Amino acid sequence: MKNIVQKSLAVMAAAGTLAAMPVHAAENGKFRVGVVTFLSGAAAGPFGVPSINGAKVLVDALNEGKVPAPYNVKGINGLEIEAVVIDENGGATKQVEEFRNLAERHKVDAVVGYISSGDCLAISPVAEELGVPTVFFDCGTSRLFEENNKPRYVFRTGLDAAIDNIGAARYLIDTGHKVDSIAGIQQNYSWGQDSWGDFTAAMKQLKPGVKIATEQFPKIFQGQYGAEISALAISNPDVIHSSFWGGDMEALVLQGNARGLLDKRTTILTCGESALDRFKGQATNGLIVGARGPFGAFAPKNTLSDWFHAAYVAKNEMEPTYPAYKMVQAILGLKAAAEKAAAGKPGTVPNKDALVGAFKGLTFESVSGTVNMSRANGHQALQGIAYGEYHFDKKTKKASLQNVKAYAGECVTPPDGTTATEWIKAGFPGAKCGG
Amino acid sequence: MTTFYAIFIDGMIYASWLFLVAAGLTVIYGVMRILNMAHGSFYAIGAYCAASLVGWYFSDFDGNPYLSYLLLIGCALVAGLVVGVVIEQGLLRFMYKRNELLMIIITYALLLILEDATKLAFGVDPYFTYQPYALLGRSDIGGLAFANYDLLLVVVSAAIGLFCWLVLNRTHIGKVLRAVIHDREVAVAMGVNVRLMFAGTFIFGTTLGALAGALTAPSISVSPGIGVEVIVLAFAVVVVGGLGSIEGAIVGALLVGMTRSLAVHLAPQIELFVIYGVMSLVLAVRPQGLFGRTLARKI
Repeated sequence: MKNIVQKSLAVMAAAGTLAAMPVHAAENGKFRVGVVTFLSGAAAGPFGVPSINGAKVLVDALNEGKVPAPYNVKGINGLEIEAVVIDENGGATKQVEEFRNLAERHKVDAVVGYISSGDCLAISPVAEELGVPTVFFDCGTSRLFEENNKPRYVFRTGLDAAIDNIGAARYLIDTGHKVDSIAGIQQNYSWGQDSWGDFTAAMKQLKPGVKIATEQFPKIFQGQYGAEISALAISNPDVIHSSFWGGDMEALVLQGNARGLLDKRTTILTCGESALDRFKGQATNGLIVGARGPFGAFAPKNTLSDWFHAAYVAKNEMEPTYPAYKMVQAILGLKAAAEKAAAGKPGTVPNKDALVGAFKGLTFESVSGTVNMSRANGHQALQGIAYGEYHFDKKTKKASLQNVKAYAGECVTPPDGTTATEWIKAGFPGAKCGG
Repeated sequence: MTTFYAIFIDGMIYASWLFLVAAGLTVIYGVMRILNMAHGSFYAIGAYCAASLVGWYFSDFDGNPYLSYLLLIGCALVAGLVVGVVIEQGLLRFMYKRNELLMIIITYALLLILEDATKLAFGVDPYFTYQPYALLGRSDIGGLAFANYDLLLVVVSAAIGLFCWLVLNRTHIGKVLRAVIHDREVAVAMGVNVRLMFAGTFIFGTTLGALAGALTAPSISVSPGIGVEVIVLAFAVVVVGGLGSIEGAIVGALLVGMTRSLAVHLAPQIELFVIYGVMSLVLAVRPQGLFGRTLARKI
């Protein structure tokens, strides 16, 4: 119990240290960034906490000048980063109010955040209206740059969710899994429905004649999946696909594994990496997991990712999962853009128009490799995606990934001006998947 | 045929879980006329206590794994008792003469406070305490595997339902409670210590809520917000069955559980709708619920 209380206080202290900064105008010789993520609610544990922990590790290290090159300039352009942390819980209306507060009261120089697609869609027009450079780090809705088709201040360094599902379909086909019939279990809201739509469309292109055995859409946070597991087992598909996340995903794996559902067929979880160290053998070896991009356990080995992994583990005594990497990527992108915009003027906050101009089409190094802001007219990151099989070693009690296969961004991302749905239905024209 | 078995067994398992969650809520309303919005928090507290204690037992001890079931039940009883006593003695006993609507607001405030208190005590990271769930293995019924833990839950739920019914209908204390339920003022006039009955009922209700959470914890990921999620379902069950009726809660849980199971297997597109569809249908025909009594309003 003491441990639990200590951990809780540590998380709050981490958020508090960032949040407790004094409120005054931005002319204080600091670069003020609004950081928005879930600190409460069901998304806090799997996504919010790793992301805020990642932000804390990076911001502290940047302010101390301890991040490896090319980010070894202190803070952002030599200015200390002052983070104003906001809880994303509470719905889109509340988030719009919070965003206006960040812009008008806290006078932030930029905002980094947002996990919920609903929040991103609500914030995007407000960011454009107020002219605040805003970097979405995680939300995956395809509608972001379909609705805001002439973005100026809005950027996204995370990937579109369609890529998760196109990548999942390609992985299943390329690794030779039997895929004559597929079944899905998704949370019943836009995330689950869009994921299933993209996945089935991609599978129908890659494996014509594939049958849909059953599709289940339980309520989000339902927790009990007994009837759905029976329905999946009776339909006896070759593949089960799920875009479940957080507690729902862990409960599905636990209950499905206890009933042998996962033993007999291939299961793919697009967000599975976020619980890699939490399954502790309760997931069947061979379960296919993704990380919504080259993040977390799928991050390539490079100086930045090695540094971040070591720094995160040292500070938090746990492995960083993909939300931590995605948050770090967004802040690094902002730093790279701001320093490019303020080139030759160290110690200054660049004009916001110069900052977004520098961010547009930027190529920068990140913990996930090189990021090209080359989609959505230079406002959306183009990156690849990887999937692999979960394996748990009972002796060492450690989980690892095997049979990892990565796809380049050009292989799984529609070209500018084409929606993911159109691109999939047209048979992925122009996809460059290499050998 | 397999689908038929599956609908029945899945329906029974879900219904037994629904009854576990709703039992405490209906007991408290039946005796005290308090529509307890904080019931979901008692469920969450039970789940967190069980998950953290059992998690600690399996990570730090090499003891008999079957002892974890005792820990589950023991910690739920202690947590329910402590929370019940603190809330009843520290808050509710000062509010008993307030009207029912105000009590809803008070218990809603309590729900918000307890949600944050739970977060402060246990953090926002999910707890994954799977061992008691996996330990019992699985059984093959009609060609379909079911977790024995879930099947055992049906038995436990039936035992709790039977216990509640026997206490209410076959014991002296049950007679006294029914007198309080029937007419509080006459019960007082007859020398019944209503305050003591209220305190006992509330503590029993919180303990049932905590027990439901503890028994559910091994099969889910215990995370913030689980209490809020279950309270909606619990209300649906007790409204269908009739507020304050144990028999009603049993029938309501069976009706909702079976209908939902039927929908999942035969028409998954309407699964989300059927629970509230059943509730609406019952309320349209019997606004007081299947086992609810129509009460004359005192002026």
